[in-house]
Amino acid sequence: MNIVIVGCGRVGAALAETFDRAGNRVVILDESTRSFDRLPSSFGGEAVRGDGTDEDVLRRAGAEEADLFIALTEGDNRNIMAAQLAVEALGARKVIAKINDPVRATAYAELGIATLCRTGLMIDAINTYLGLPASGLAGMLAPTGHHPGGEHHQHEPGEAVGVGVPTEQPGVPAQPSQPSAPAGLTQEA
Amino acid sequence: MFVLVVGGGKVGYYLTKELIESGHEVALMEKDRARADQIADEIGSIVIAHDGCEGKYLAEAGSNRADVVAAVTGDDEDNLVICQMAKHHFDVPRTIARVNNPKNEELFRHLGVDELISPTRMILGSIEQDIPVHELLHLAALGENELELIEAHLQDGSPAVGRAPKDLDIPEGCSLFAVIRDGVATPLRPDTVLEVGDKVIAIGKNECEKMLHDQLIGGETVRG
Repeated sequence: MNIVIVGCGRVGAALAETFDRAGNRVVILDESTRSFDRLPSSFGGEAVRGDGTDEDVLRRAGAEEADLFIALTEGDNRNIMAAQLAVEALGARKVIAKINDPVRATAYAELGIATLCRTGLMIDAINTYLGLPASGLAGMLAPTGHHPGGEHHQHEPGEAVGVGVPTEQPGVPAQPSQPSAPAGLTQEA
Repeated sequence: MFVLVVGGGKVGYYLTKELIESGHEVALMEKDRARADQIADEIGSIVIAHDGCEGKYLAEAGSNRADVVAAVTGDDEDNLVICQMAKHHFDVPRTIARVNNPKNEELFRHLGVDELISPTRMILGSIEQDIPVHELLHLAALGENELELIEAHLQDGSPAVGRAPKDLDIPEGCSLFAVIRDGVATPLRPDTVLEVGDKVIAIGKNECEKMLHDQLIGGETVRG
């Protein structure tokens, strides 16, 4: 599997390490080389310094036709643009963008991008801990619509992507294997 | 017409002023509070000091009844998202985005932004009209004697076209030694007649460059 991760923060670096260990070809991009310090010395993938919203940079990094593309920078809009470039221009098969604004997260799930919203995730984690009812803000949204470009066929919501990571490994969420009710994926009604 | 302008930089500011003068209803969103206050002091309470990318504030600014949303911030990704949110989430009939990286134009258009304004492309266009399209190309500097390896791509209007090296006024200390025609390199003989499209490879001292330029490219500006 070819996996591209934009943004080498804690989450990006940890995912890159996991995917790399499982034998995937991993490219991780960040604007700052310092953030690559988060990668272990054993990391066998490629760490590329550059702007993940620049098509040329992504191509040079070998992001074309990635099986999995995850945009995890600190900027919602950067993630949105990177994700859409991946779908439209680079032919990525499965794309996930971190979008912390719940309104934008819902809107882009409707536009065919799987979105991850830290706001929703954290509120619900706290609510669950305190025994309060769920907020209704989804943490992870599968795409509910189709991307306007639409020529590149994206994975269906919840369709498994075999990244070769053993599911029993601690700290790694199980890959959803059924299109219906995948763990951790809340599909918008 | 109700126009929502997002981004209170120079473009957003003057655009808002012009629109007000033409009698339109305008709201301007600028996320930097100090900048927003500064504009509001001058043009009144139509300035909203919030991030126009954030769904909640776009709604509060009345984007669901806007006829036009113009995203003119300095960041392409912000402008794209503002237009997409306006179009798909608030059903705004017309969206306009400023695009700074000309390479993003195709993506923006593809993703449904109605109109694109690219200052980079416009400036590039005017520059290309006013400078020679082809200059001498420096291929390499050759060590001690300040010699340079130079390529000249012959265009229409070059004084060398239709002439051979022996008829040209080649400065002393300079040698035209090869020509690349249709991708094939051959030694340049004194009687080889040069054609449009030829790439002439020369070697010479730095100070010969001006004369080489006059002989091979031509002194006049080529208008594109």
